[in-house]
Amino acid sequence: MKDKNMILAGLVVFIVVITFPFWFNMGKAAPAPELELTAKAKAAKTCVMPTAFMTAEHMQLLDVWRHNVVRSGERMFVNADGKLFDMSLSNTCLDCHSNKEKFCDRCHDYASVDPYCWDCHIDNPKGE
Amino acid sequence: MKNSRRRFLQIAGVSALGLGAKPVLNAFALGGGKGYHVASGEDALTAEQWAMVIDTRKLQTAEAVEPIIEACNKIHNIPTAIDNKNHEVKWIWEDHYHHVFPDKTNKFLDEAVEHKPFLLLCNHCENPPCCRVCPTKATFKRESDGIVLMDFHRCIGCRFCMAACPFGARSFNFRDPRPFIEANNKEFPTRMKGVVEKCNFCAERLAIGKMPACVEASNGAIAFGDLYDEHSVVRELLKENYTIRRKQTLGTEPSVYYIV
Amino acid sequence: MLELAVKGNKWYWGWMVVLLGVIGAGFGLYLMQLKFGLGITGMSRDVSWGFYIANFTYLVGVAAGGVMVVLPYYLHDYKAYGKITILGEFLAIASIVMCLLFILVDLGQPMRALNVLLYPTTNSVLFYDAVVLNGYLFLNLVIGWNVLEAERNGVHYQSWLKPLIYISIPWAVSIHTVTAYLYCGLPGRHFWLTAILAPRFLASAFAAGPALLILLCLFIRRFTNFDPGKAQIQALAKTVAYAISINVFFLLCEVFVGFYSNIPGHMDHLKYLFVGLHGHGALVPWMWASMIFMATGIVLTVTPATRKNETSLMIACIVIVLGTWIDKGLGMISGGFVPNPMHQVNEYAPTMPEIGITLGVYAIGALVLTVLYKMAVGVKEEIHD
Repeated sequence: MKDKNMILAGLVVFIVVITFPFWFNMGKAAPAPELELTAKAKAAKTCVMPTAFMTAEHMQLLDVWRHNVVRSGERMFVNADGKLFDMSLSNTCLDCHSNKEKFCDRCHDYASVDPYCWDCHIDNPKGE
Repeated sequence: MKNSRRRFLQIAGVSALGLGAKPVLNAFALGGGKGYHVASGEDALTAEQWAMVIDTRKLQTAEAVEPIIEACNKIHNIPTAIDNKNHEVKWIWEDHYHHVFPDKTNKFLDEAVEHKPFLLLCNHCENPPCCRVCPTKATFKRESDGIVLMDFHRCIGCRFCMAACPFGARSFNFRDPRPFIEANNKEFPTRMKGVVEKCNFCAERLAIGKMPACVEASNGAIAFGDLYDEHSVVRELLKENYTIRRKQTLGTEPSVYYIV
Repeated sequence: MLELAVKGNKWYWGWMVVLLGVIGAGFGLYLMQLKFGLGITGMSRDVSWGFYIANFTYLVGVAAGGVMVVLPYYLHDYKAYGKITILGEFLAIASIVMCLLFILVDLGQPMRALNVLLYPTTNSVLFYDAVVLNGYLFLNLVIGWNVLEAERNGVHYQSWLKPLIYISIPWAVSIHTVTAYLYCGLPGRHFWLTAILAPRFLASAFAAGPALLILLCLFIRRFTNFDPGKAQIQALAKTVAYAISINVFFLLCEVFVGFYSNIPGHMDHLKYLFVGLHGHGALVPWMWASMIFMATGIVLTVTPATRKNETSLMIACIVIVLGTWIDKGLGMISGGFVPNPMHQVNEYAPTMPEIGITLGVYAIGALVLTVLYKMAVGVKEEIHD
């Protein structure tokens, strides 16, 4: 065990390095982002589904939309209240939420996720 | 003992199935539990197998086909400003008879055929080799209406479909197409680098009751309808005219017919 | 056994540093490709597969070629090969690693590669190719490692390895068969649309793999204390002689069918490769060089005197490796895409970044091979002492 000190020192360095992000950010928790709604979104009062559902599960819902539109050609969404929507990220979601920076991005940045929807889907289609 | 083993096998079997059908199950599970459902729009046009008849007698010059190609390019955000020919993206384009029908070319052709442009696009084959080779079902033949479609979200960019297509109908995004789109249609998505794309028979327009853009822009030179509805405009034309298709001997059964 | 690979002289470490440098440069170029897209390669709408897939195809052959030592040893009890089966298996491992990397660098969206498993598609040959290649990698790792370790410990390898060894023999044939099926089942690509493609791939594989193995054996004898053996090298050379002859025979069969039938679709690709088509003939000198190389290889390996002389045998192996690489790597893929389905000629040539990335992948393969061979040779040297 002549390498005992070396091993211990190595272990300490290893632990410090892998826990670096935790203690570096300690006490600096970023506040939850404030999302801004456009006038159009405010006027609509509720999204295609209740707000709590949308906050937690909009990605799963978008996945259902994508799957049905692309693979089955079913474009019509009927919510619990029987209201109809065209299942289109650009033309429905982003038409209302036309302020990507103040709506989509704030939360995505906070959660450190980088969805590439906008590589193809055009944000703010009407250019408002 | 015996029972529990059978139960285990059942569960294992169902789980194995679930692995393949996961996206579909997700859709059901979410839809079922949350009180919403999805449906086709009421205006949607339907067919057993969409087909197209191109009357080349009505398209004698480059000027005649240009607006047709342009209509498609505009509506689908085709990056027409790419100047490197290697990286070209084309959904519908024109070429000479002997390139379109290399196996039906005579040494001495009548001049009209020799010189007039022929429109080329995905044939939406009934036995599409592209769908057969795709390792992820990113390109697939839609069962409801026979359109050969691309799921750009799923394509891994292996380009097997490009090797499989005998008609050169597919393009690959060798780079980000966005800077090269001249006419931006904000209602239709663009594509990203690294995926394959091609004509989609305007599935997005059929879904809201509109004819494909090229058909609309063709002044009646292109007809579109259900191949298996004997009263459809397509079948009427096939009954009255001699038509040819590209490379019929390969057995892919193209759905685009030409009246020469 | 890995500890054998961390002891070496300055040549060994110098070689490793060179390889790491090439790998680093290749990786840098790959990052460029990730950012820009596959547009930094010479591929096009018409020639949609290029250098990456060509080298992938060639290396599947090298991997399958390893079976030419495994099969006589385990099926025919040809004892002499016992000494070198490990070299064949480890060559297969390094080759498969490169194959998988070539597929990965060829993808437009590599982050989605696992979609192949997430949406398994049993009608796609690519799905089966992924299965057989990974399976072959796994088989060779398990077999090679355990047999070598048993040899080091002076015991017989574990009995449960036996079925795996038997499975690995047809499995080697399967990897190149499935790879040929990628191409030969496509309507409208007449150059590939031939039932002889899989046999032809196997013939060139059983020439190129063992030829490379002979070169590696000669290298090992020269620079280490382990001698793979004269009889072994001569036996391998006979395999090479038959395989390269059959490979050229198959090619001539293709030429006969194309030109005697006089069907344009079958002739055009061969014309493009060997005499040029519509004024385009970038590959013509390459293809003739390949023919000369393979013909020289046949003469040198079939003639007993030149086969038995290890200097001329070495030359034969070098020209056979080069000849089959041009034939399969350059000609086979480009040849299938030119002319395109509209009978237009758009030629392909790899770009500098594309070649750089390719070299990077080869360097990774060389690194894997060096480490594995270092271990194998280390064990062999230990036993002899």
